[in-house]
Amino acid sequence: MTDIASSPARLPGWLSALRNILAYLLRSPTSAFGLAVIAVLVLTAALAPWIATHDPFAQNLDNVLQPPGSGHLFGTDELGRDIFSRLVYGARITLRIIFLVSVVVGPIGLIVGATAGYVGGWMDAVLMRVTDIFLAFPSLILSLAFVAALGPSLGNAIIAIALTSWPPIARLARAETMTFRKADYIAAARLQGASPLRIILKSIIPMCLPSVVIRLTLNMATVILTAAGLGFLGLGAQPPEPEWGAMIATGRRYMIDSWWLVACPGVAILCVSLAFNLLGDGLRDALDPRQMNRR
Amino acid sequence: MTASLEIRDLSITFGEGPDAVKVLPSVSFSVAPGECFGLVGESGSGKSTVLRCVSLLTTIWSGEVKIDGRDLRELPLKQRCRLIQMVFQDPYGSLHPRQSVRTTLAEPLRIHGLDDHEGRMKRAMIEVGLPVGFLDRFPHQLSGGQRQRVAIARALILEPALLLLDEPTSALDVSVQAEILNLLARLREERGLTYVMVTHDLAVVDHMCDRFAVMLRGEITEILPREAIPGNQATHPYARELIGASLDYEGRA
Repeated sequence: MTDIASSPARLPGWLSALRNILAYLLRSPTSAFGLAVIAVLVLTAALAPWIATHDPFAQNLDNVLQPPGSGHLFGTDELGRDIFSRLVYGARITLRIIFLVSVVVGPIGLIVGATAGYVGGWMDAVLMRVTDIFLAFPSLILSLAFVAALGPSLGNAIIAIALTSWPPIARLARAETMTFRKADYIAAARLQGASPLRIILKSIIPMCLPSVVIRLTLNMATVILTAAGLGFLGLGAQPPEPEWGAMIATGRRYMIDSWWLVACPGVAILCVSLAFNLLGDGLRDALDPRQMNRR
Repeated sequence: MTASLEIRDLSITFGEGPDAVKVLPSVSFSVAPGECFGLVGESGSGKSTVLRCVSLLTTIWSGEVKIDGRDLRELPLKQRCRLIQMVFQDPYGSLHPRQSVRTTLAEPLRIHGLDDHEGRMKRAMIEVGLPVGFLDRFPHQLSGGQRQRVAIARALILEPALLLLDEPTSALDVSVQAEILNLLARLREERGLTYVMVTHDLAVVDHMCDRFAVMLRGEITEILPREAIPGNQATHPYARELIGASLDYEGRA
């Protein structure tokens, strides 16, 4: 009897699964594009001090509204600040919003959905009616209301977006849970004496995880747009923070003569949200449990 | 370790009064320690339902189920789990698709706070005839027979006294069926386990069981010893018909 079964043998399996998924994503041009843009975004945010050519907050009133080129790659804004550098630092804000929202929304949606789906009965009714109430409002309007109540700031914008984007995740997790709550492996776990909490955490959530990750990735585009929208309305990041939506909002006044004030952050928002959509689509193909056997 | 099982007036009823629907009118039988008891009957006759009641996966029944003379419903959960385990029909649905064999086997050990996980898991794998290296495999890397062996290992790792077998071989190839049945027979001999086995294959009953009950529409028509099969000594007409059909089929095959 060979004794190859020890804990270090498990990590490569996990790693190779990740490699498989990456290889799968890179095979299709659209998801490869999405992955590349997001990689660039992350690198830009991480290396912002080295990539940025100017201080994003340094004003130079002798040099306002300069067109692209001439020492400023994307030109300067109405206070003479370098737009390229502001975009680079803005990547940090965008990533922070996406990361914090996903970290809050994913677990909440998973727990609420899995509990409602597995326990059923009155628990399901209560949790799903709460979810319905949140779903009944347009998400931007609800975030607006939250931010208005909490006071405009980046942190509150993140809280507001998180509060409005968990219900679809909970719905999804509940629907997934319903498909296998009667499965034999759940029955087997019950026969082993596992508590409902243990079954939800160990048996149900791993099954819901792929679709929730896909949904979260697709959600990120919406989160970016909502954050930019809140920034545009002056309810998100406050000046002088180089948030892309806020940049568009201030640039709007000079749009006719100085298009680059609006176009550059606009294209950045477009690219990043498109990239997350494409990546989410690719992930759906890569992680779909119904296609697992093909690989 | 071994245990007796006594079922008296097990029934499931929906509704009350004259409109009440009796899904399982009344089932009573008893199984001696170390015995293998078969439940046969056509589809929908309530065989699997009896197992789900005994394992308390279904709780809406009335009647009395006693294990070693103790009322099933009064047993604490953890104690019950260490007395009764179940092997399901479909090995493709009874193992968690995202858990390795190691996780599947370690979960019950963790829940019950048992020691020596590694040793217990290895012994369980060896007992069901799988290489210890398979511990790090996932269900989709195993064949149907291997999966069913893992399911048996999972059921046995808590060292139960009573094993409920819900058509443990019907989802498997014929050649693999025999292997699994022999494995189950050997385990019973070694551990003195008590089996309650649902099947609709009388050949399996003939091979495995000491006695068996023929069920029809949620009722036991007749309880027969294994020796009654070859000569078709059943007295109830339905049981006679069932055994006769099976003998006919095997005669022709």
